[in-house]
Amino acid sequence: MLDDADRPLVSVRNLKMHFPIYGGLMRRRVGEVKAVDGISFEIFEGETLGLVGESGCGKSTVGRTILRLYEATAGDVIIDGKEIAHAEPEELRRMRPTMQMIFQDPQASLNPRMTVRDIVGEPLREHMALSNTELTDRVHQLMDQVGLNRDFADRYPHEFSGGQRQRIGIARALALNPKFIVCDEPIAALDVSIQAQVVNLLEELQDRLGLTYLFISHDLSMVRHIADRVAVMYLGQIAELAPRDALYEKPLHPYTEALLSAVPEPDPTIAAKTERIILTGDVPSPSNPPTGCNFSTRCPKVMDICTRETPTFREQEPGRFVACHLYNSEQTSAANAASEVNKSIQQGEET
Amino acid sequence: MFTFTIRRLTLAVPTLLFISLVIFLLLQLAPGDPMAQVPLTVPPEVKQKMREALGLGEPMHVQYLKWLRQFFWIEPLNLFDYMFGTGLAEGELRVISWQTRSPVVDIVVQRLPQTLWVVGMAYVVGILIALPIGIISAYKQYSMFDQVGTFVSMVGFSIPPFFSGVLVIVIFSVQLGWFPSIYDTTHVVNDWASFKVQLLQMFLPVMVLALQITAQISRFMRASMLDNLNQDYVRTARAKGARERVVVLVHVLRNSMIPVVTVIALGIPSIFGGAIITEQVFKVNGIGQLLITSIEANDLPMVQTLTFIFAILIVLFNLIADILYGVLDPRIRYD
Repeated sequence: MLDDADRPLVSVRNLKMHFPIYGGLMRRRVGEVKAVDGISFEIFEGETLGLVGESGCGKSTVGRTILRLYEATAGDVIIDGKEIAHAEPEELRRMRPTMQMIFQDPQASLNPRMTVRDIVGEPLREHMALSNTELTDRVHQLMDQVGLNRDFADRYPHEFSGGQRQRIGIARALALNPKFIVCDEPIAALDVSIQAQVVNLLEELQDRLGLTYLFISHDLSMVRHIADRVAVMYLGQIAELAPRDALYEKPLHPYTEALLSAVPEPDPTIAAKTERIILTGDVPSPSNPPTGCNFSTRCPKVMDICTRETPTFREQEPGRFVACHLYNSEQTSAANAASEVNKSIQQGEET
Repeated sequence: MFTFTIRRLTLAVPTLLFISLVIFLLLQLAPGDPMAQVPLTVPPEVKQKMREALGLGEPMHVQYLKWLRQFFWIEPLNLFDYMFGTGLAEGELRVISWQTRSPVVDIVVQRLPQTLWVVGMAYVVGILIALPIGIISAYKQYSMFDQVGTFVSMVGFSIPPFFSGVLVIVIFSVQLGWFPSIYDTTHVVNDWASFKVQLLQMFLPVMVLALQITAQISRFMRASMLDNLNQDYVRTARAKGARERVVVLVHVLRNSMIPVVTVIALGIPSIFGGAIITEQVFKVNGIGQLLITSIEANDLPMVQTLTFIFAILIVLFNLIADILYGVLDPRIRYD
């Protein structure tokens, strides 16, 4: 799908989202959680970019900051040719129809005191001048689209099952004909049997309406199913971004490799053969990330340079981006050689 | 909802009967003699006769049942007679105050308007001040406004009216002379000037009471708003592109009002109960003042009746609060 997508619908440049930590008697700012620390990527029209990573790595924050549900600390976000990150509130409000979000928790993200008609109809009422009958028609049409019975329009969210609630959330997101939808773990709170239904619905809607998705998930197999390209996040930064098949076949970054090796393999004979890479240690605190590469504390292939210098996020192969010193050929080979020499000298001294 | 209301009302009958028994027994067991004020020169036999005349010679259960009959049957009949001019309750003995020898209910009806005006107005004023304060201080949490609001609430909570009442009297009536320090119950409002006088004399007691009510309800409102402001559906509303005003007033406020409305409804019986201390400080001739003087004078029927009226109101408004909750929150169903 990469080839037929000509222009980026969303481009994110050096986005940072630092949450302040207040402490002490006077509630002074004592530090910050670097939830998202300088990430850049583009999403092309009609594609699905999967964003994966372990919990707490800043995936959801990326999604929310792109849609400016948080005020970004630094960086630019351009969606459909318009700058989002620094737009005035009223201007931003008028841009909202283009970009929508499907939230993780279908229970909490719907106002418990509003009926389905109100929930789905509110964006229409806010952004369009529709008569009551037009509004009802549109709400019914949206409910058909996501596979909800029209008769349920006057029910409250708590009267639905989890999967149905997520469908309400999707109908709500679709109400204003958006181009770009951030799906923030839309299936994480659902039953496995329902997950497939919802993901298929999302794919079907993408085909029919030409939507562009940022699909945030920690479920690697689901991302493999739905995404065209995949970005792997670790501790607020993107470690690797590559087309799906290439990434799953031959991961470049050691973290991606470890992550993929953790995906359960259904075939026991293959499962017995594959070696799982077990990472040791915990994820460092995002309020105090390690110097150099963020992954250097747990990386099985760590080198000297990793703890000193932050690797640049660069295009290694066409369409494949990675932030790792292993592939930073010019400097790394030299540094590698140097560390080899160091090692042998040390060993030599020991013996 | 209807069946729920009927069921609750039916259940209220045994509850109230039990409360009436407890009140009756408590007052019977309490020390004190209605003849204590009678001069010592009156011989003991005469005193005993006086006691018997008041109905104190009868066994306890007879006294209790007689009181129940008077309260639940004869007094409502009297009210009916009064309203429709019938003579159903003629010749029946009503609940008589030992102090004034006039029917208890008549005195309560005389005193109620003063209390409702002053305490009720304080309640309304308090709520009207509290709600915006609560909303703004939650929306701008930890701002200067919030800090000041928190401080004022703390003051309102911690300073009792016998202090704040006297303080405002010293400042505003004695030093500045802006408002009268005594509430004149006999004042009749019949023109603009007398209305102004009424406003002036109401101002201090209303404000002293409103400070306490504001403190309580604004804290409640703030907590409830904060609870809802951090909910996911608020983020959804923002993502929809709703105006900030719509987000706060439609989504957050409407959902935050559920517990606050309940608290407000539960507080209404206390209006009828009057404000014993504040009424005493400003000499408002209301229910609270009536209760305290009756207790001092060992006027058992009066105390018994007043306490029981409060009990009825509390049970009633509990029910109203429950029903309101069901009306406001679609997740709660009572059938």
